[in-house]
Amino acid sequence: MQESNNILQEVTTTDYKYGFVTDIDTEVIPKGLSEDVVRIISAKKNEPEWMLDFRLKAYRYWLTLDPPAWAHLNIPPIDYQEIIFYAAPKQKVGPKSLDEVDPELLETFNKLGIPLEEQKHLSGMAVDAVMDSVSVKTTFKENLAEKGIIFSSFSEAVKDHPDLIKKYMGSVVSYRDNYFAALNSAVFSDGSFVYIPKGVRCPMELSTYFRINTANTGQFERTLIVADDDSYVSYLEGCTAPMRDENQLHAAIVEIVAMDRADVKYSTVQNWYPGDKNGVGGIYNFVTKRGICKGHASKISWTQVETGSAITWKYPSCILAGDDSIGEFYSVAVTNNYQEADTGTKMIHIGRNTRSTIVSKGISAGHSQNSYRGLVKVSAKAENARNHSQCDSLLLGDQCGAHTFPYADIQNETAVIEHEATTSKISEEQVFYCNQRGISTEEAVGLIVNGYAREVMNKLPMEFAVEAQKLLAISLEGSVG
Amino acid sequence: MLEIKNLHANINGKEILKGINLTVNAGEVHAIMGPNGSGKSTLSSVLVGNPAFEVTEGEVIFNGKPILGMSPEDRSCEGLFLSFQYPVEIPGVSMVNFMRAALNANRKYKKLDPVSASDFLKLMRQKRAIVELDNKLASRSVNEGFSGGEKKRNEIFQMAMLEPKLAILDETDSGLDIDALRVVANGVNTLRTPENAAIVITHYQRLLDYIKPDVVHVLYKGRIVKTGGPELALELEEKGYDWIKKEIDGE
Repeated sequence: MQESNNILQEVTTTDYKYGFVTDIDTEVIPKGLSEDVVRIISAKKNEPEWMLDFRLKAYRYWLTLDPPAWAHLNIPPIDYQEIIFYAAPKQKVGPKSLDEVDPELLETFNKLGIPLEEQKHLSGMAVDAVMDSVSVKTTFKENLAEKGIIFSSFSEAVKDHPDLIKKYMGSVVSYRDNYFAALNSAVFSDGSFVYIPKGVRCPMELSTYFRINTANTGQFERTLIVADDDSYVSYLEGCTAPMRDENQLHAAIVEIVAMDRADVKYSTVQNWYPGDKNGVGGIYNFVTKRGICKGHASKISWTQVETGSAITWKYPSCILAGDDSIGEFYSVAVTNNYQEADTGTKMIHIGRNTRSTIVSKGISAGHSQNSYRGLVKVSAKAENARNHSQCDSLLLGDQCGAHTFPYADIQNETAVIEHEATTSKISEEQVFYCNQRGISTEEAVGLIVNGYAREVMNKLPMEFAVEAQKLLAISLEGSVG
Repeated sequence: MLEIKNLHANINGKEILKGINLTVNAGEVHAIMGPNGSGKSTLSSVLVGNPAFEVTEGEVIFNGKPILGMSPEDRSCEGLFLSFQYPVEIPGVSMVNFMRAALNANRKYKKLDPVSASDFLKLMRQKRAIVELDNKLASRSVNEGFSGGEKKRNEIFQMAMLEPKLAILDETDSGLDIDALRVVANGVNTLRTPENAAIVITHYQRLLDYIKPDVVHVLYKGRIVKTGGPELALELEEKGYDWIKKEIDGE
């Protein structure tokens, strides 16, 4: 009987294996936020005037806003004057070859499993590696360029492709969108830019790896993906940070534009430091991600595996503007110890015959709070819109919370909207069945949780599915005894 | 191989087993019969360490080791297997992943390296043939959507994979039609060796037509009240349990 009480009880620490700090000479600007800081960041990046103007407009707008308070989260007040808004490993910006990259940086990314030497890399994947505020190296750039694909750091894109950036930056997520979007637009430092030309199927996975290293810094990156007519790209984002007692802020923007029949698959494996077992430290992950299916029969698919961060606030969304366009959202969100997550999606149906699918799997353990928040909106002109939403919650233990906040705003009566929701616990019978076959309780929980999340895990690119499965099990390590 | 001495066990404070004594030797098949509620399933649960039950007295020695203090997974790795009466469904977990986790856990316990993917698949193919399970099994989730017969065959398949020293079959015949019963019984007989043993828990003689027991016990009100050869099962089939109940309750 004792054993069974222990089975669903929160106990020890999570083993976060990316918690190391790289000792590298880093250029930081003084902490705090002001118009001057915005100007300094822009100057550091040698930006053109129009970019500085964009930042300043965003900054001035941000000053008029209050932080959002509607999420099911306890966000402590953030002192923006205590945050460093720009930190860059001292090295040549945009190194031409790997010889110019600090070996310490290469070693860091090696340790994270992201080798930057192209010949060593996982076949079929190009990486943009971002540390703190700058991109360290983008691999396979030249090979991709042969097909007309642009894959570069955001800073370089501002210089090399100003027309594309001017045209699309802020076109999906305006700086006026929300508090954190305004903040990001003012102080964003780097990120990735992707352009897939008409009719091109991107031959490799594109990936950006975000790493926070310097203490007391915030990371504010922007990613912009533009997929022209009849193109396809699969993009993956990963992230980690050192273990620290202070909270660190990460406020990103991701924008996706899909033209006629373009197909964009965006996957995230989010593993920011979640804080320790008592809820000390960890990353605040406040992210605005949105894609627009602009073209006819275009498709945007979001897949996310969220295991890290002390607090997560993100809603990767799709605006289905083109007729016959498709939006998908597949999510696994794990919270353990004192983590909090409020995550979900918005599917905005505007075009005719648009379809969306939402599959959300929340897993809560320890003292954590895990919320799904979703909106399905069908506008008056969106004839024959279809949505299917499935929101499942799995509880491990009785100290955690799972919440579902589905909203629907339907203005066209031809819409067909389905919503299913379940809440379950891992049953002691299931765990015992595994035990009887020799499988330890911890491993059993890993198996059962991965089984529960399988529908979403199957959507991940192959190279990452195995990693993500392990991550899921590790994140819950110690959540059962 | 197995020695149970004066075993007492409770569930929710109610005493179900009231002093079980039983010895099973290598190569033997023991049948445990008895009316509903006599404690048959409790006995199997307690032997494999189901945490829902509390042992209050007694001792169980398996292969020379006292096992009541062992975790259920260690007991499994020591070679104790239970074919569940009601196998639980585990959605999304494929039989391949489940079985590989189980086999590798057993190997790790014995300080052996994990089995390679190709060897494992070969082994699965071999063993599922014993219970005539088709190859779709591998990709299906553990017991999910299995018919009653498939679930029981799947239990015997797992037994074949893990090659336990002592298998406890808890009412493996319940809910089986005659064909499925024959498949399951053939499986069990195929796996019999002079080195292993089995305890077959059943209500009916029917299963014992296929799996021939060496010893038959009657469990009643938490105690073994009668022990005999295969002929005891036949007698029970003919006369029911009333005469035993009278014998015991009349004392």
